[in-house]
Amino acid sequence: MNHPQPPETSNEPLAPGQRLPESERREFSPEAIAEIQAIMAKYPDKLAATLPALHIAQREFGFVSLSAMKAVAKAIGIPEGHVFGVATFYTMYQKAPVGRYHFSVCTNISCALRGAAQLLEKVCEKTGVKPGAGPSPDGMWSVEEVECLAGCGVAPCVQVNHDVYDELVDEQKLIEVMEACKRGEYRPWAQ
Amino acid sequence: MAAIRTKPDHHTYTFPGFGSEKFPNLLLRGAGDLNNWHLKVYEQQHEGYVAMKAALKMEPVAVTEEVKTSGLRGRGGAGFPCGLKWSFMPKDTADRKFTRYLVCNADEGEPGTFKDRVILEYNPHQLIEGMIIGGWAMQCVTGYVYVRGEFLWLIEKLEAAIQEARDAGYLGKNILGTGWDYDILVHRGAGAYICGEETALLNSLEGRRGEPRVKPPFPAAKGAFGQPTTINNVETLAAVPPIMRMGGAEYAKIGSPKNSGTRIFGVSGHVKRPGIYELPMGTPMNFLVEELCGGSSTGRKIKAIIPGGASCPMLDEKDFDVPMDFDNLRARGSMGGSGGLIVMDEDTCIVQATLRLIRFYAHESCGQCTPCREGCNWMEMILYRIEHGEGKMEDLDLLASLTPRIGMRTLCPLGDAACGPMDSALQKFRHEFEHHITHKTCYATGSRLLSKVGAH
Repeated sequence: MNHPQPPETSNEPLAPGQRLPESERREFSPEAIAEIQAIMAKYPDKLAATLPALHIAQREFGFVSLSAMKAVAKAIGIPEGHVFGVATFYTMYQKAPVGRYHFSVCTNISCALRGAAQLLEKVCEKTGVKPGAGPSPDGMWSVEEVECLAGCGVAPCVQVNHDVYDELVDEQKLIEVMEACKRGEYRPWAQ
Repeated sequence: MAAIRTKPDHHTYTFPGFGSEKFPNLLLRGAGDLNNWHLKVYEQQHEGYVAMKAALKMEPVAVTEEVKTSGLRGRGGAGFPCGLKWSFMPKDTADRKFTRYLVCNADEGEPGTFKDRVILEYNPHQLIEGMIIGGWAMQCVTGYVYVRGEFLWLIEKLEAAIQEARDAGYLGKNILGTGWDYDILVHRGAGAYICGEETALLNSLEGRRGEPRVKPPFPAAKGAFGQPTTINNVETLAAVPPIMRMGGAEYAKIGSPKNSGTRIFGVSGHVKRPGIYELPMGTPMNFLVEELCGGSSTGRKIKAIIPGGASCPMLDEKDFDVPMDFDNLRARGSMGGSGGLIVMDEDTCIVQATLRLIRFYAHESCGQCTPCREGCNWMEMILYRIEHGEGKMEDLDLLASLTPRIGMRTLCPLGDAACGPMDSALQKFRHEFEHHITHKTCYATGSRLLSKVGAH
């Protein structure tokens, strides 16, 4: 019997003894600390700032490394184990480095009916990276297969960093998006 | 703050007859107008905040009664009466022992569902107004909007709209001289479908892993931060201002018996005009798919329709005439769900489609309950085998025997949700599974639904 092969993704559970990679930075900037404190003040319980602080950590550190989790725990004043548990539960926190342009390709049913599988293969071919396999050698691209981007009516749908291309992405459109990335252009709402 | 998204969407939310008496647009007012999210446009063109001002002059209990009269049923999936849910909150509003919260569930993550984002994108003030009315009815101190993490550009737009409402004095201290303090905060999720379940959402809001809680206690007794909380979907809360404006009794006249009002249907898959359609509850499904969406986009016959998001059982040809409301869909063996129709044509391989759906549930199971965690993965493995030509006939019986051991045996409905498509696919399209097993190829000859390079 052939079971599905375990995927080579960075979001897989850690093996015993295996540790998450470290980012170069270890501490939040003063601005980020101020931002986290402002968020903590909004909620009746400081624990509620965990998710927003992890989003800030991802923005500041590039990905949610062990040191980023420790920095979050320190900034909020909560146990490191709690932050680790939360960060590893949610898929939007990248636990390993990603490329400067991170492609999230939705392959769920509505997108699949409109050719998402073929689009994902095209994205992998053009960027030269496999889904979940880390950034390309030049650090430009990384690819992830995701579950639904809520663009079902205009499928297939692709997200590049925070920029959702929910406009029937085909090969031509994909090339345009990649060219824009190479020029460092973002659309105004995705800066 | 990043720039507000001003991209003109190329797909339309309107269709001939949209906004007419036959198709009243109560939720998608001004849909497609890019400036519609501004307070001044909402106030000047769409009777904005009229309902809120009227509600604030009423007793909180009377507001809840009006919602009860309207017969509004929750649009998040379960179809539970909204007014009844509101009335579960502690009655004594003068009792300061409790801090009451209203939570808006905007964690729209079910495949095939994309209705809430349209309200957030084009009509955020209607949601804010609905949240203020709900907050007043239940005497809440804070309203939280839990938005899925991917909707970053919508969060920025929503926050800008909330700030406009604050500046106008509709939020904050002593709202319009009533002595009532109330504010709305936006909380961003981080990519877990399970957080759409109400108790998992509360855990996530509190900064924990999004694992569902044991009920009781129900959120109305012990919800966010241990306080009484009501959780409503975006569409449910956005339906409240029209109810207060036109009166509950008048609203109850729209739609079908016991399923009042309009609903937003999101159509995706093999149709000519996929997109968002606001229609009275009880509109026949084939009217929406054939007349409004233009029928099949591929020219081939439509084989199956999932009527309410990925968790609903599939319907085949004999049920395409079903009136789309909670009760009629349940009577035909499916569910109203979130109102997202997924249309599949004749060339779609049901085995592949089911594998893709079950893979989603296996991936999104929070892992807390064994039947869901193990069962969904097991179903995925069996389907994978069948899809790859290694299935046996016994596998079909095994699959059929698995679903009763997963459904209704978990803390939250995620396990049940996985069983819906699995059971219906086996019942209605068993011959396709058998074809896969005996011939080791697809019964349908259509394009591949599953990628060769995917991580799965």
